[in-house]
Amino acid sequence: MRFSDYIIPVFIAGILIYGLIKKVDIFDEFTVGAKENLIAAFDILPALIALMTCVGMLNASGAADMLCSAVSPFLEKIGFPAECAPLAFLRPISGSGALAVYEQIISENGPDSFAGRVASVLLGASETTFYTIAVYFGAVKAKKTRHALPCSLAADLTAFILSALFVRVFFA
Amino acid sequence: MMKWIMGGLISVSVIVGIITGNISEVSNAAIDSGTKAAQLSLALLGTMGLWGGLMRIAEKSGLTNVISKLFRPVAKFLFKGISPDSEAFRAISMNITANLLGLGNAATPLGIDAMKKLEKADNPGETASRNMIMLAVLNTASIQILPTTVAALRLAYGSQTPLDILPAVLLTSLCSVCVGITLVFVFDKKGGRT
Repeated sequence: MRFSDYIIPVFIAGILIYGLIKKVDIFDEFTVGAKENLIAAFDILPALIALMTCVGMLNASGAADMLCSAVSPFLEKIGFPAECAPLAFLRPISGSGALAVYEQIISENGPDSFAGRVASVLLGASETTFYTIAVYFGAVKAKKTRHALPCSLAADLTAFILSALFVRVFFA
Repeated sequence: MMKWIMGGLISVSVIVGIITGNISEVSNAAIDSGTKAAQLSLALLGTMGLWGGLMRIAEKSGLTNVISKLFRPVAKFLFKGISPDSEAFRAISMNITANLLGLGNAATPLGIDAMKKLEKADNPGETASRNMIMLAVLNTASIQILPTTVAALRLAYGSQTPLDILPAVLLTSLCSVCVGITLVFVFDKKGGRT
């Protein structure tokens, strides 16, 4: 029995009980919210088909392996698995692209392998930086974003380096 | 942006596939990948539905409001020169809360709303104000408490313990968001403007 086994059940029960106390019709509201998210999940499918086809073809051609072996001497020095390099490149640029690469990594290496875990931590601990900056500043008049992008990319780089480090610490 | 990535990846795949003699594998991948994408989103549908339903309850019961009040001290520290009673401040707290709970769909409209209100309050013209940069940086770092999408995919691909990565995810997120925030403060001192 692990601590992490408790998190989800307790979290779900807590939300439902709080809802009942506050006299929310939890079943009806649940179905409304679930439907919203199902539509959102469906909305990303076209982009996912496009990008998974790209990533699948790139992997099959051997080009992804070439890229990995080209950068692996440097990555080995910081202890980052070469299999996860494409994910680190694509993560700040495209959400569905990152998802496509992530799927490839965990299906080839297994979700509980070192590379699988690093990929999971990296995906869970970072965001689609360029997209977010574009959307947020697209909504306002301010077009000079000053140090917004450098600060965000420094945060991404930190997540990139630390994901491998913390996986080593927790799964040694 | 995406059109260049897509065009680039496909061209490289075909050229490299021909050179290395892997073209039949490339052909199979082209036919097969769309199916995989559909399977992937099918694996995500259940968790995303469950999460959407739960968060709708959290919103309707006022739980998200309670949580956003808990984050007022944090928001007060991060954002300078705006009153905690202002609309901009409220929008920021709600945006942070939505991000923490992993409500991507709710977080973006709230964040854009907060961005517009900050623009109104700071009135920086063509150049982004310090608070606007802080908000953008916070949203480009992932501060989600439960990485549900990652956990669902790990489970779908046969992980024994999909959530065992949680401590590593949280520590990594915390460190990366701290780096982002610290840099905004550093630039503040250097630039000397608000």
